[in-house]
Amino acid sequence: MNQSIKVEKTVTIDKPTAELYRFWRHFENLPRFTRHLKDVRVSNDKRSHWITSGLLDGTIEWDAEIIDDRPNELIAWKSVANADVDNAGSVQFKPAPGDRGTEVKVVTVYNPPAGVIGDAISKLFGENPKQQIGDDLARFKMLMEAGEIATNDGQLSGRRNSKD
Amino acid sequence: MRAVCWQGTNNVQVETVPDPKIINPRDAIVKITSTAICGSDLHLYDGFVPTMEQGDILGHEFMGEVVELGSAVHNLKVGDRVVVPFPIACGGCFFCKQKLTSLCDNSNPNAFMAEAIMGHSPAGLFGYSHMLGGYAGGQAEYVRVPFADVGPFKIPDGLADEQVLFLTDIFPTGYMAAENCDIQSGHIVAIWGCGPVAQFAIRSAYMLGAERVIAIDRVPERLQMAEQGGAEVLNFEKVDVGEALKEMTGGRGPDAVMDAVGMEAHGMGVEGLIDKAKQAVRLETDRPHVLRQAILACRKGGTVSIPGVYGGFVDSMPMGAAMNKGLTFKMGQTHVHRYLQTLLDRVQNGEIDPSFVITHRLPLEQAPHGYEIFKHKKDNCIKIVLKPGQAA
Repeated sequence: MNQSIKVEKTVTIDKPTAELYRFWRHFENLPRFTRHLKDVRVSNDKRSHWITSGLLDGTIEWDAEIIDDRPNELIAWKSVANADVDNAGSVQFKPAPGDRGTEVKVVTVYNPPAGVIGDAISKLFGENPKQQIGDDLARFKMLMEAGEIATNDGQLSGRRNSKD
Repeated sequence: MRAVCWQGTNNVQVETVPDPKIINPRDAIVKITSTAICGSDLHLYDGFVPTMEQGDILGHEFMGEVVELGSAVHNLKVGDRVVVPFPIACGGCFFCKQKLTSLCDNSNPNAFMAEAIMGHSPAGLFGYSHMLGGYAGGQAEYVRVPFADVGPFKIPDGLADEQVLFLTDIFPTGYMAAENCDIQSGHIVAIWGCGPVAQFAIRSAYMLGAERVIAIDRVPERLQMAEQGGAEVLNFEKVDVGEALKEMTGGRGPDAVMDAVGMEAHGMGVEGLIDKAKQAVRLETDRPHVLRQAILACRKGGTVSIPGVYGGFVDSMPMGAAMNKGLTFKMGQTHVHRYLQTLLDRVQNGEIDPSFVITHRLPLEQAPHGYEIFKHKKDNCIKIVLKPGQAA
């Protein structure tokens, strides 16, 4: 039996809680800033289908359900029973002191299954899941505050034997 | 296009690389007309800055003409002549809103690297290390400028490149260093180093009301340029700087001190040798000789302003002196954006012509020679401007 892995990360975003909540509540938006989600399809007000990318041997998919939803405060979700990947997450929005926008806290928990999928999941979340969640949150912040995600992908250089 | 690429310690080459492209909606492409080599490029050249990669395009002091705009940039048009601040700033975060643009939260895609070393990440910079964004720099024919609706600053007609190029870095850097000194009427300011930033810091200190500025270096032509800017000068190879400063300030010490040297200071005597040995084996990344001396020299209750770049760790800081003397420390990468208009005004009204600092003008193709003479202060070199597109 693998141990469940829990990651928490908080970032302050200089935008009102309502705006951030609205963006996040549309789960279809999540792949715009997360590295490993390829697609989230929302089936109804509670239920959605999550598809990951970036795995050598294809995608991993699961259905998730919203288990708590407090407008402008909190959204919590959980994979449905018998999902390949047993996981849960929440995002909390709290006004930051001094009119500095919103403290956004993400908590994710997953129970890596044994076997091939478990290995793939470990790859997906990386050796440092906290950093991955942190990077995703940093990109969320960029998208909200700057309207786009700073990147040097495709950055040119004079590196020899390289394609970029 | 042709670009100056870092190929390893003490090795830059002008290479043919792909032209930059618009990647994000707020990007612009600028065709570079003038670009300079900065003292902090020498820290990269010398191999003292971590997370450089072979092939990185250098350069963060550049200006030119807008040739392409992303779909979200509405305040510029193709053909505009602009200077581009060296820190990249989004304009929308807490820090940008307070005009602390070198602390922008959103411009460093490699923030995680900086966070691991510094706790938090400053802004991404052009032509610097990957820890600070890994953005291609402007010692090239073209450059991609992210957040182009915030950074590039339009230059009015009638001003030559050489009069405005240094608004990108060294003039605001010297000015902010002087501003950080909290200069009051009658104040005497001492500055270590007479490189290009210091030259602007000296002149800025006078603009901000300093009574006297004392400048410290050992290179004759740099001391001479400091004198031309109104400073009294000390050659640290010829005098005991601490003693001399006391004598020149009635025993009080300077009201504010500036370290315009940073991580590669030349220490004297045993202390200098120990720092050099530690840095060589990477036991300490920076040689803080100047900073130590400045702390000891500063008058009680005075201010230590640090425009010189530090990258990592320093040993044996006289914190006891700093604490017991009640010193204030002010430092940081320059918030270039906030100074552009006010310093342009000073250029336009004739208060200063920043081109005084230029000693060499070279075609971009001769950049390797430029780095060599700048590093070794050969041929009286103080500041080099490179011109892309000019025959070698």
